[in-house]
Amino acid sequence: MPVLCSNCVDKRAVLKRPKTGHSLCKECFFWAFEEEVHQTIVAAQLFNPGEIVGIAASGGKDSTVLAHVMKLLNERYNYGLELMLLSVDEGISGYRDDSLETVKRNQQQYELPLKIVSYEELYGWTMDAIVKQVGLKNNCTFCGVFRRQALDRGAIMLKVDKICTGHNADDVAETVLMNVLRGDIARLRRCTAISTASEGEGVVPRCKPLKYAYEKEIVLYAYFKKLDYFSTECIYSPNAYRGHARTFLKDLESVRPSSIMDIIHSGENLSVREGVKMPVQGTCNRCGYISSQALCKSCVLLEGLNRGLPKLGIGKHHRLHGKILSQQPLTEKEERKLKSADF
Amino acid sequence: MCQVDEDYQEQLQQAEVPSVSKKCVKCKEAPAAVVIRAGDTFCRGCFKEYFIHKFRAMLGKNRVIFPGEKVLLAVSGGPSSCSMLSQVQEGLSQNAHKKLRFSPGIVFVDEGGAVGQSVEERQRTLAELQAVFKATGFPFHMVPLEQVLELPSSVLVTAPALSERPAGAYKAAVDRFIQSDSSSSVPPRQQEETSLPHVQESHRQLLQQLIGSAKTQTAREDLLNTLRQHLLVHTARTEGYSKLMLGDNCTRLAVKLLTSISLGRGAQLAQDTGFSDSRYGDTILVRPMRDYSAKEIAYYNRMFSVPSVFLPSLDTKTTDKSSIQRLTESFVTKLQADFPSTVSTIYRTSEKLQTACRSSSAADHWDRCLLCMCALDTAVEKASAFKATLISEQLSQTKSPGASSAELQRQNPAPVELESAAPSGDCCSSGGENCVKAASGGGCCSSAKVPETSDLKTLLCYSCKLTIKDMSSVERLPQYILSEAHRRQRRSQMREEISDFLLDDEDDGDQGD
Repeated sequence: MPVLCSNCVDKRAVLKRPKTGHSLCKECFFWAFEEEVHQTIVAAQLFNPGEIVGIAASGGKDSTVLAHVMKLLNERYNYGLELMLLSVDEGISGYRDDSLETVKRNQQQYELPLKIVSYEELYGWTMDAIVKQVGLKNNCTFCGVFRRQALDRGAIMLKVDKICTGHNADDVAETVLMNVLRGDIARLRRCTAISTASEGEGVVPRCKPLKYAYEKEIVLYAYFKKLDYFSTECIYSPNAYRGHARTFLKDLESVRPSSIMDIIHSGENLSVREGVKMPVQGTCNRCGYISSQALCKSCVLLEGLNRGLPKLGIGKHHRLHGKILSQQPLTEKEERKLKSADF
Repeated sequence: MCQVDEDYQEQLQQAEVPSVSKKCVKCKEAPAAVVIRAGDTFCRGCFKEYFIHKFRAMLGKNRVIFPGEKVLLAVSGGPSSCSMLSQVQEGLSQNAHKKLRFSPGIVFVDEGGAVGQSVEERQRTLAELQAVFKATGFPFHMVPLEQVLELPSSVLVTAPALSERPAGAYKAAVDRFIQSDSSSSVPPRQQEETSLPHVQESHRQLLQQLIGSAKTQTAREDLLNTLRQHLLVHTARTEGYSKLMLGDNCTRLAVKLLTSISLGRGAQLAQDTGFSDSRYGDTILVRPMRDYSAKEIAYYNRMFSVPSVFLPSLDTKTTDKSSIQRLTESFVTKLQADFPSTVSTIYRTSEKLQTACRSSSAADHWDRCLLCMCALDTAVEKASAFKATLISEQLSQTKSPGASSAELQRQNPAPVELESAAPSGDCCSSGGENCVKAASGGGCCSSAKVPETSDLKTLLCYSCKLTIKDMSSVERLPQYILSEAHRRQRRSQMREEISDFLLDDEDDGDQGD
């Protein structure tokens, strides 16, 4: 006896929703998925009519689905947005060059303008070169910090008003767990926000329309819609600390599928005691980007790379900011500490 | 590694192998007997001092327990709570430096019925523990979990806090106490020879059915925790204790923090894992062992022969993925092996949290969860995870009730949803106009009607909702929970009827105009 879709009760169900366990047919699933993203956008008031929105596209499943759904909803509900694709080339051979091909294909399929910014042109370093210097353990820090700035710079070049990224529910839940494990109370408070604050020069607000969409549902959507995406993991990722949080989250999901939303709910309802020290937002003295220290993180990391001190930027280094700014040489003891790399 | 504010000291570069001939880092004389953290070797004497000092410092720093107060120690027989018991004994003994100044009692909750132990095994454990408790000389109470079936519904009511003590009161109270009876010590009261409590067979079966009605292990453990806590608070209240001491150690609390986050209890984290928990109003729960790691407690118990009894619990000998609690425990312990600062980092995070409590007034009950007694966190805000979940449920089901509801039940064994709850009011069909509002059933008509799952959900916080969702039927819940649920529903319906005429109702926020 075939199972009927629980929404239209008419067609045969072809999939079971990971999020709620209901069995749905293809069309009802598409509609439910798109409608949920639409509700998220409307409830959180993410966009205003007439804005230029940059979609951060990496060629992976999240950004491909995001581009598709944004274009669809923009037309269906008349958001009045002008959409563009923005991509970052980190210079990881064998991984990023392939995924960029996917982005170029997407551009043609959706007929959206595309801009690619690369680490090479912005910073003078590709990820391959960075890993050669830093080793395999802390390289995700470099990539993440550089990418954030690269997206902002690209957005300014394209003159967009907002950036939207393809972060999904699993990503947000992982981030909550990771921030608890690392003891980062400042980030813990901010990480469940659906969009970042929008004041400050040189800062383009960014939002996550897919925040409440499960990763598995995104894959299901892309599969049934026959969307084309690049599905390999970054070759440098196995050693990241985030991997532990991710494995834990996957296990949790297998015990209780609603755990992902439960963790996001917990993160949204956390409150921090008064009197806990929080970082204050300022600007970097060297490049003018937003920063809570004297020097922004990417300037510190770059300085470390250029000077051959890969550990500068990993660990406490506030005391050295003054020295770096005023171009003073570091003492031998400090140099020795910062040089060793983990392979 | 991977901590936010990390400093790479020199120690991390060279791995030090603790050798036999190392000296204690504190007194630098006696040979080391135990290694606490990397590089911290202590001798027996210094370790004992360090251990005892931590307990006093924790109590002294927080100034929650006033001199002369009656404090109930919840001892489960495990190493942490037995260690706590021995610390209290140590602190109250005559020759202690700066004696502790409260009167302790002991309570033990016998959960053998829920775990599946036989009657003989339970009697044996009880006898063992009774011997341990008698040796301390404190009054003790052995309470079987089956007593939960006979609790009054006042357990679920937040009693008003005892007289508010201003900040300077602690020091003044201590001074007064010292002056008044520093000479007389509290003589160990003779416990009357009480026979071990006998549990009726019917109660035992009822309890097993209750625990069995929770379909997932996660829900079972959560339910058991809730029932145990209610029973402990009730015992404290009836026997006249104003504070309840729990023996949760640092490792256990780190696991609890992650578990709570995974269960959706973000709003209640501070109360679940903080030092003092005042959700019941008059009885304050205190966790003095929260600074000790499980390792330290194990060392201490072994070196100084602290008696403890092993009791099986619901998750003994279960696989890693049997429940969220078990999964988190194995995750944290494995991570701790690779990154030794995991537990202490999580602990420090928990110290920085507070309760997002909108109204702390004890008078109102409808802004508190029925089961866990914490403030409700289910206000459906415009853009929140909770709202998104509701929308998903809505969109995945057909909206028209009637013909399709039969199909719904057939292929979708998920419990009754909030929106699509079919009107259950058989009793209301003859009730007339007044019962129109009672789509949730059981309001103004009969008081004996059992509430449907959907009714209870409105009275619960997010995570207790999930637990109830996993239960096959709520009829098996003890009577005190069901009758309190009824009462709250009746009150809330009354309030709705007269909401236009209530003036300035600050407890409920904006009502009516």
